[in-house]
Amino acid sequence: VNVGIGLPNTTPGADGDLIVEWARRADTGPFSSLATLDRLLYESLEPFAVLAAAAAVTERVRLATMVAIGPLRNTALLAKQAQTVNSLAGGRLTLGLALGARRDDYEAASVAHRGRGARLSEQLAHVRSAAAVQAGHAAGPDGHTGDGYAGMELLVGGASGQSYARMARYADGYAHGGGPPRAFAGAATRARAAWRDLGRPGRPRLWGQAYFALGDVERGNAYLRDYYAFTGPFADRIVAANLTSGRAIKDLVRGYAEEGCDELVLLPTVSDIDELERLAEVLA
Amino acid sequence: MKVTILGAGPAGLYTGILLARAAAGHEVTVLERNAPDATFGWGVVFSDETLGALRDADHQTYAEITDTFARWDAINVRYRGELLRSRGHAFSAISRALLLDILQRRCRELGAELRFHTEVEEPAAAGVDLLVGADGVNSAVRRAHEDAFGTRSGPLGCKFAWFGTHHVFDSFTFAFRESEHGVFQAHAYPFDERTSTFIVECPEETWRRAGLDAMDEAESMSFCADLFAEDLAGNALLSNRSIWMSFLDVRNETWHHGNSVLVGDAAHTAHFTIGSGTKLAMEDAIALTGAVSRHADLATALTHYELERQPVVERFQEAARVSAGYFERVGRLTHLEPPEFAFNLLTRSGRISHGNLAQRDPSFVRALDAWFAGRGPWADGAAIAPPPMFAPLRLGTAALPNRVAVEARDATPASLAGAARAGAGLVIAPLAAVSPEGRVTPETPVLGGTGDWAAAVDAVHSAGALAAVRIGHAGRRGATCPRRVGVDVPLGADGWPLVAASAIPYGPGAATPAALAEDGMREIAESFATGARHAADAGFDVLVVDMAHGHLLAGFLSPLANRREDEYGGTLEGRLRFPLRVLDHVRAAWPHERPLGVRLTVTDWAPRGLTVEDGIASARAVHERGTAFVEVAAGQTVPEGRPDYRRGFLTQLGERVRTEARVATLVGGWLTTPDEVNTIVAAGRGDLCLLELEPA
Repeated sequence: VNVGIGLPNTTPGADGDLIVEWARRADTGPFSSLATLDRLLYESLEPFAVLAAAAAVTERVRLATMVAIGPLRNTALLAKQAQTVNSLAGGRLTLGLALGARRDDYEAASVAHRGRGARLSEQLAHVRSAAAVQAGHAAGPDGHTGDGYAGMELLVGGASGQSYARMARYADGYAHGGGPPRAFAGAATRARAAWRDLGRPGRPRLWGQAYFALGDVERGNAYLRDYYAFTGPFADRIVAANLTSGRAIKDLVRGYAEEGCDELVLLPTVSDIDELERLAEVLA
Repeated sequence: MKVTILGAGPAGLYTGILLARAAAGHEVTVLERNAPDATFGWGVVFSDETLGALRDADHQTYAEITDTFARWDAINVRYRGELLRSRGHAFSAISRALLLDILQRRCRELGAELRFHTEVEEPAAAGVDLLVGADGVNSAVRRAHEDAFGTRSGPLGCKFAWFGTHHVFDSFTFAFRESEHGVFQAHAYPFDERTSTFIVECPEETWRRAGLDAMDEAESMSFCADLFAEDLAGNALLSNRSIWMSFLDVRNETWHHGNSVLVGDAAHTAHFTIGSGTKLAMEDAIALTGAVSRHADLATALTHYELERQPVVERFQEAARVSAGYFERVGRLTHLEPPEFAFNLLTRSGRISHGNLAQRDPSFVRALDAWFAGRGPWADGAAIAPPPMFAPLRLGTAALPNRVAVEARDATPASLAGAARAGAGLVIAPLAAVSPEGRVTPETPVLGGTGDWAAAVDAVHSAGALAAVRIGHAGRRGATCPRRVGVDVPLGADGWPLVAASAIPYGPGAATPAALAEDGMREIAESFATGARHAADAGFDVLVVDMAHGHLLAGFLSPLANRREDEYGGTLEGRLRFPLRVLDHVRAAWPHERPLGVRLTVTDWAPRGLTVEDGIASARAVHERGTAFVEVAAGQTVPEGRPDYRRGFLTQLGERVRTEARVATLVGGWLTTPDEVNTIVAAGRGDLCLLELEPA
């Protein structure tokens, strides 16, 4: 399993300096990817803008949305943003898309919550078709053949059967939402079954994620409690799963590796560059 | 800590014991509305695995409980006048009244206060540090905050009545009796030297037909005693408020709210046909008290209790749901011969498979394998036979060496030969189009076009397998990019015109197909016949007509894709008309001695789409037109369907098709192990399995 690190784009107090420094150090550290979360109604930085900044100061790591809430965005503009970040990064973008869990984000974006699944499918079809045109598999209409999709990887998240079908239909892999290795294993089985059912050759790429705090654990836990307050009692469970020791991180990495995870992204819960350094030490 | 526990059943009392004996010296009060000696039901069951946990949690109660246990290690299945016995299922049972007595005494001894005859209408979490809702399936603690707990509940499974009897069964016994009203079954097990629990079950319709809804307790007891007279060896049934009930399935998103926490049936129920309710309740108590002692902060402790228990309980609830569904439909399985019927019963919830039963009871599995291989009647250990996966299968005149089908990755001789060399009895070439316009992608092979089919078939034959090919027409899912790129990604200007039942595009960006008119339909029916002749000429042993995955013929079947107003639309009969016409053409063109199959969508997994009942009717219809087997498929009729992907996701559907349409089936649905194949075919859930050879 490759290990990636999250950018602190949804943890409070992150500024441009921290984002850029974080990206720089991640590129030289033991990480294979650098990922963002996405939340509209929260003190946070917009994922594509953040990844564009990261693209400018990195050369090696993949840049991933883990995940971006697709339906909040206009389809053509979403595709344009993704294509742009991918171009800026020289084909290093992994575009993870899902529906998200917050209704109020939809309200704030003036987007209907109903029909969001079908809209995500349209977005995936749009991005995939454009990529197919660029790769020479299909002929697109005029103006639909711009460069910028080469190297872009597409992931879909979500736990419903429809999400797995959407993933297998349009994406390169599955973005899991977090949990113990056993939960990841269940999701991986579903993803593989869907992949085969849709007649895709090979197997889906499998991405996992987990939170960590290796310095100020209380601050990290408080952030998670706040960020997930809308889930009620589940916030406590997410806090309980926060990885707060080197041992816990190593155990999780091993557990995910055993279940066939290709890329495990560890997401910070504290806006402090030392968190990245401590994680790098654990993984070294 | 000051703790109030509502409910003095096993969950509440055991929680009381473990909290009272903890070093922290908790002050424990247990409140119960009934009398100390009031209990409903007879005996309760434990599995061996639970006992270890009880021993470690409180040795004294463990010793007392196990002292009075009735133990057995066999499951008897009484069916069609035969008795089949499977060993290696270690279970114990105890009288519920005795269990409660032991727990009450221990609870008092440890200083917990027990108050009976205490009705609590509105449980107050104020004034105590922890309020434990152990008050059962209708928990007042849960009802006080149903929104916060996220409660979902509803009836599950058959109607049932819980009797006792002085007939002492020598093991756990399932007895099945056919009556004029339908099939009834009993679940019976001994729990002391003179008494057994005897639960009688039947689906609600059967219960009404038999008039049980109108009978009083004595009448219904006498009805059951007569029906099961032979199984009871003439003994009477005993009643203890043994009224007919529906099982209530209870689930909660979270098991704690503030300082209230749920344990046992209050938090979750698991249908009694897997006999785990008491076990789960007592394990909850162990996990809860363990978490409370490990975490200083109560909220953290309750979260950890939930994190530990919920995944375990969910697995049991899933198995219980499947088991309850099995018993509701068992009346449809009575065409199975006793050995496969018994094995089907044992493997109903997925927790027992051919492989682990071979460990528990080698002689049962040996007898099953021998019977399945046709080496004579059921007899323990009388013959030696290969496992069911390697039993040959006759389809028409074709003899398959085993029950494994593998789909080749592409139509090349190398790929087909590779699948055959892997050991498959049937190698299936991927979908071949009957015409260039019927291709899914530019890479879909076309029968009669390029490609050396005969060489591919020869390669399969020389590896000892039979060769099959699926033929079809993509319909509105045609003209898309190769699947390594994605699925249903349109070719755009590089594509070709599409045809379908109705002019409805398949998905986002897809071209709108033209609705087929009579001449187009005639042409396509003929191209299927031509395709069948090409397949026959190439030497294929088996032909499968594709009526699945939203392709042309499946599109005719589904009301979501077929909006025609002529005789080819409307009712299922109308929607079947064109697919059956094509099938008739193929049957006439395909050598009559070679088996023909249909890959058939048996449900759309989508609202207002094809239902399983429609699918079964379609399976019956294609079977009547000379189809030897149905390859079971589901979903993909529309892109926004609702599939439920998991291991063996088509197995249950396949079983229904095989059972209710009485047609041989090929089932896939992500089967990756020989154990799954052995279990499916020996239990009569399918005849042939599509096994995945996972990519490295």
